[in-house]
Amino acid sequence: MIDRHLYHVPRLGRNPSRFRLAGIPVITVMLGSTVTALPLIAQSPVMPPFGLLILLSWRLLRPELWRAWIGLPLGLFDDMLSGQPIGSAMFLWTVMLMGVDAIEHRMIWRSYRQDWLIAGFATIFCMAGGLFFARITGGGDVRFLLVAPQMFWTILLFPFIVRQCARIDRWRVMA
Amino acid sequence: MARPPSRRPGHNRKAQYSLFASYVVAITGAAIGLLLVIVAIFDPAGFAGIRAVTAEVTRPVSAGLKNMVSGVSSVDEVLAAYWRAGSQNVALRRQVEADRNRIIEAKAVAQENARLKKLLKLVDEDASQLLTARLISSSSSSARRFARLNAGRWQGVLPGMPVRATEGLIGRVHSTTPNTSDVLLLTDTGSIVPVRRASDNIPAISTGAGDGSLEIRALSAGRNPFKPGDLLVTSGIGGIYQPNIPVAVIVRVQGEIAWGFPLANPSRVDAVVVERAYEQVVTRPDPAAPAPTQGDEPGNAATP
Repeated sequence: MIDRHLYHVPRLGRNPSRFRLAGIPVITVMLGSTVTALPLIAQSPVMPPFGLLILLSWRLLRPELWRAWIGLPLGLFDDMLSGQPIGSAMFLWTVMLMGVDAIEHRMIWRSYRQDWLIAGFATIFCMAGGLFFARITGGGDVRFLLVAPQMFWTILLFPFIVRQCARIDRWRVMA
Repeated sequence: MARPPSRRPGHNRKAQYSLFASYVVAITGAAIGLLLVIVAIFDPAGFAGIRAVTAEVTRPVSAGLKNMVSGVSSVDEVLAAYWRAGSQNVALRRQVEADRNRIIEAKAVAQENARLKKLLKLVDEDASQLLTARLISSSSSSARRFARLNAGRWQGVLPGMPVRATEGLIGRVHSTTPNTSDVLLLTDTGSIVPVRRASDNIPAISTGAGDGSLEIRALSAGRNPFKPGDLLVTSGIGGIYQPNIPVAVIVRVQGEIAWGFPLANPSRVDAVVVERAYEQVVTRPDPAAPAPTQGDEPGNAATP
């Protein structure tokens, strides 16, 4: 029996299509944002922000892939689906990406653990900011403890998501 | 791992400019995002029109999936019903026999009621119900509690309309798109409902706590009059919600605040009913006159 992986052996002199190289990361982030379209009527904020997690994974996995402005269109798309006020993720994601740029500028050596740490802080920043925006735009008195569990398992989920992104990435760059 | 490929462009002027421009774009965009949020402070449903695109695109998917899972979500109930089916059957049969007499009594009362109303020349046609639809998805990752309804502007749903299930109140419509609408759930921290105790008429205000429970504050001064087990219904104050829709049951009393749980669980109810705002039903405005806009700000409805 022929191994099905044999059909996809990388060949010299061939490049994957531009759509695959540039489009796949964007599409995965958008799919992550679309998770809220699942028919689940949540009574409390339980679902991790998958769009944010996938964006962070790609950013830390492939620093050269995107400039910081990619947070604007992807954030807008997330705002359209998440129920947060429009502009919330646009602002937070872009600022977060610029922050990751600044950290990367200073750090000489970096390993997976530092990546996780960066992702953890970025997640806390974005979710706390989202909570603040929800509060000032008519959300009333939303307590910070309300999102604490969501924050916790979002950070715990990061290693899994980054692994899946790496798996997709391997296929993405394969000719 | 050594640091990943640097973004420093080195001496290449063109690359330097490109990097600089990317940051200019990012900072400008972030400022615009912040501006949009500030606009949303004053007008929460202002840019909701942008959501129409994604809402319309994801609607068929969500609705289809909802149809698939609506049977699955009540599986635990079905299984629990099989457990002790025999004794339950006997108990239920006795209950039905006991209830039959009451139904006959209630029918007689209803007839008498209709007769008396006719005598009083009181017209009481119930024009409040608008349509029945399903909740298809929700803002499960946000701190706000919105659910998306499978009916929108083209079906006649307007912002401010109350949404209820047979078990009780679900919330009210926050914003609409052509075929979907966002429902502000009862448990949202910005959702304020004027309620009263069902047994007597002690008025109170119910605010969502964001985690599925409700914070209930009595409007009367002095000791907290509520105790666990009290049933709350809408009082009709404010003109949005019809009076006597079941809202919540109180589970815990803590100083001045009573904590309640909503009687209708939006994740379990099969279909919800969108009603016209109570004030519209009662006052019946002149059809030529523009319909009064129902409050964007939930606080308006609550302050007596």
